[in-house]
Amino acid sequence: MNYKRPKADVVIIGLGWSGSTMAEELTRAGLNVVAIERGAWRETSTSFPTTRDPDELSGSVRKEILQAPVTETYTVRNRVGQTALPLRKYHNLTLGNNVGGAGTHWAGASWRWLPFDHQPHTHVMQRYGAGQLVDGLILQDWGVTYDDLEPFYDRFEKIAGTSGTAGVVNGQRQPGGNPYEGSRSSPFPTPALERSRANVLFAEAATRLGYNPFPVPSAMIGAPYTNALGLNLAPCTYCGYCQLYGCGNWSKSSPNICILPVLMQRTNFTLVTECEVLRINTTPDKKMATGVTFIDSDGNTGEQPADIVITATFTLDNTRLLLLSGISTPYDVASGQGVVGRAFTFQTLSWAFMFFENEYMNPFMNTGALATQIDDFNGDNFDHTGLGFIGGAGIQSLSNQGLPIGMAGLLPKGSPQWGKGWKQAFQRGYQNYAQIQGQGTSFAHREQFLDLDPTYRDRYGRPLLRITFDYNENDRRSGRFIRDRCVEIAREMGATEVGGDSFADRPYSGYTPWDSSHVQGGVAMGEDPRTSVQNRYQQNWDIPNLFVIGASSFPNNAGYNPTVVVGATTLWTAKAIIEQYLRNPGPLVRL
Amino acid sequence: MAKNLFRTALRTCMRGGMVFSAVAFLAHGAKAQDDRGARIERGRYLAIAGDCLACHTTPGGKPFAGGLDLKTPFGVITTSNITSDRETGIGSWTLQQFDGAVRHGKSPKGYLYPAMPYPAYAKITDTDLADLWEYIRTIPPVRNAVVTNKLPFPYNIRALMIAWNLLFLDRTPFAPDPSKSAQVNRGAYLAEGLEHCGTCHTTKNFLGGDTRGTYQGTSLQGWYAPDLSNNPHTGLGRWSADDLVTYLRSGTNRFTAASGPMTETIENSTQHLSDADLQAIAAYFKSLPPRTVAAPAPLPATNAQMVTGAREFIVQCSACHVSSGAGIRNMIPTLQDNPAVNAPDPDSLLNIVLRGTNGPMTAANPTGAAMPAFGWKLHDDQIAAILTYIRNSMGNAAPAVQPADVARARKTIGAEQPVWR
Repeated sequence: MNYKRPKADVVIIGLGWSGSTMAEELTRAGLNVVAIERGAWRETSTSFPTTRDPDELSGSVRKEILQAPVTETYTVRNRVGQTALPLRKYHNLTLGNNVGGAGTHWAGASWRWLPFDHQPHTHVMQRYGAGQLVDGLILQDWGVTYDDLEPFYDRFEKIAGTSGTAGVVNGQRQPGGNPYEGSRSSPFPTPALERSRANVLFAEAATRLGYNPFPVPSAMIGAPYTNALGLNLAPCTYCGYCQLYGCGNWSKSSPNICILPVLMQRTNFTLVTECEVLRINTTPDKKMATGVTFIDSDGNTGEQPADIVITATFTLDNTRLLLLSGISTPYDVASGQGVVGRAFTFQTLSWAFMFFENEYMNPFMNTGALATQIDDFNGDNFDHTGLGFIGGAGIQSLSNQGLPIGMAGLLPKGSPQWGKGWKQAFQRGYQNYAQIQGQGTSFAHREQFLDLDPTYRDRYGRPLLRITFDYNENDRRSGRFIRDRCVEIAREMGATEVGGDSFADRPYSGYTPWDSSHVQGGVAMGEDPRTSVQNRYQQNWDIPNLFVIGASSFPNNAGYNPTVVVGATTLWTAKAIIEQYLRNPGPLVRL
Repeated sequence: MAKNLFRTALRTCMRGGMVFSAVAFLAHGAKAQDDRGARIERGRYLAIAGDCLACHTTPGGKPFAGGLDLKTPFGVITTSNITSDRETGIGSWTLQQFDGAVRHGKSPKGYLYPAMPYPAYAKITDTDLADLWEYIRTIPPVRNAVVTNKLPFPYNIRALMIAWNLLFLDRTPFAPDPSKSAQVNRGAYLAEGLEHCGTCHTTKNFLGGDTRGTYQGTSLQGWYAPDLSNNPHTGLGRWSADDLVTYLRSGTNRFTAASGPMTETIENSTQHLSDADLQAIAAYFKSLPPRTVAAPAPLPATNAQMVTGAREFIVQCSACHVSSGAGIRNMIPTLQDNPAVNAPDPDSLLNIVLRGTNGPMTAANPTGAAMPAFGWKLHDDQIAAILTYIRNSMGNAAPAVQPADVARARKTIGAEQPVWR
């Protein structure tokens, strides 16, 4: 059966962080908003009750909170000419499958990106010139700067209750914070979390080496907090079940805690759950979007007409929806022309894994984003002259590992693999293990892109999205450089056994444990319609009533996690819609 | 339960999310040509203060169309349709007939049961009653025939209420106390009349009439409506007037969060009152003479239940209520020096622990952090130990809770049994 819902002012596809942030702004401005979410309703107190012990097997091992690959997946290949194969297990793609999206189960690292990350082209050209770029690298500015975004970063932190120690407030250096961060108009809403033992050892070693350690900003909040929408959060209890779990303790910022209770009370907001949008509908001349077509949980097809269409799905699905809807020009790798699916990035991870003697790391007390970091080798915070690459990494002591199953395989070299010897080694290893992660930048490359797979289709017969990705030479050079820095700090920390790794030294695989989950780009925002899908307001260059929001808009990936940037750019776009587009519907940027 | 005769569960009409939008209170200065409009607005505000909607609407049903079953100890009373439908509602009524029902307990069809709080509404002034009627008349007609009286014999004999009214209905209108401020008198008028606080919070006699234990707390339908006197141990003695206003406005304050039927009263009624009226209600309750009831001595920490309870508290409760029991302001109640914890009757505590309770969701605090249910998880002796420990530590002192109390509460309120032995 086909049916048509009453027309809305705005339809939002996907109700994760970006969708719910947008919906809150637009409904507060008086618009009639319908959100369509393919997952089911989740509520903090009842879906994740604190009476139920978190279960590592169903959470971290079986990843039951994620959308299962059997429902829908992506195909992956390393280079043109290969046949891509579907991912059968999600290791580093963590798609939400509920109202709240991945914002319900995220680990919680809550970064503002560096001013450099929003204008990498300008910075690199000014400091080094084009010779610094490896062949094929794509480098472009976003069209929106850190200074443009600062008020929106500030607002989003005050929705999330982000915990942390400020490094620069109104241009003034602050003790204990990140000296490299863009200047903030206010400190973090809640104080930084307590440090783990590993964090303390890392900070001491980094200080001895002349670096500047600081607490990683976190969604696990540090004190009771009433957010910008009047919602209350409770401080984190360090239970350690953050990533791949919902927080029933009201301690991890999520759409479910920080936005939805307010949004759901608004009579001009309608939420449609367990419905998957099949395509964005447009006028025949593809000049305007007219709404979306979705399939509901009974298998019926519905249409939601709207004056404005906002796509806020998982970053890869934003690209896929445009391709499936025939909107804007797909990227063509042979000619380098076209924009949808172009400027796709991942991240470049490097690690030091280490064991100590007679330490008590007590990893059972941790959080998803309990980390101490140095940014001395992130972005363009150091001189790259002669290094042959751009970018770098946030190097952090990350205390997000403490669950017994996940820790069972982390044993010093030569440990017995079974029996009494294994048990003894596990007991020692559990308290003596630590890790340093280099979360590295990733810049787009002409041979990294997204398109529709010619072979594999989803349950509705639509082509899957195909990822063509391998690390480029810039990644390999920066990855090794960062790995060496991680190992140096690990040695300085006093570890007796230290191993290093740079993932970019091997071909990309979707199955690498410990890898990043941050895929980005494909629907780049920018200044030039030949190299971006949308303008600086995340408004489609061709269809002015279509906005695609989220990390799909970012043409490069930073040495940071993306969520707070997604929130800030969403708020930036919401303001543009409310204050500019509604008054004068049409392109917000005219060339 | 015979002695609970007519402890009618007025406030236990559990409802879904019908939420009134806040309205401006146009008390003064209405221009002559807007007079009727202003009176309707005043009436709408009074209807919110009286929380008419709560009982006269079913979950998901049309507003004021009635049909909600109020489960009393002796049978079901179903609320009536008060929309302006002429046949199934009250569209054919006159002001005098409306007055008869609201203030005197007698509708054109016969005597009402005090499930309709007419003993409290008897305090409403003539002006307010007339304005209320102006508003009620504007409610769009909804055709919904309701059989209100489903009580078994002999309670189904409405004429019995003539005698009840003679005994318990105080028909004297509200009389301001000249020795008190205008604010306190306004608060008294609202609390005793429209807000009918005493319907739940005043101890009832065996026939369901009010005793002299005004606002001293009482049990009804699995909840203990707490002491509203200024007794610091079990009442409002530690709360300032501002604490009370914040609580009635948001459902939470620096000490606690509402639970059970009070959550709905706040969501549907008190959160929509004007600041002046909430301040007046607070001033009234703070003006009541302090009740001197000696706090009992707490059980010693060496008591077997206390030892078990202390351990279980850390495992089951401390993550949210924090190790010290201090809770989190505006969302998770403190357990320290908590008058609700000290209530002589642990009904509410048992209800909250066994079945959990929704958190209040108000415009001022939309959080709605709920207490999860423990009935499926914990055994009678565990819950008894935890409650005994909480009631006799952290500054509290109250009688121990026995496993048999927990077992009885499970039955009464229909809570789950533990899933493991």
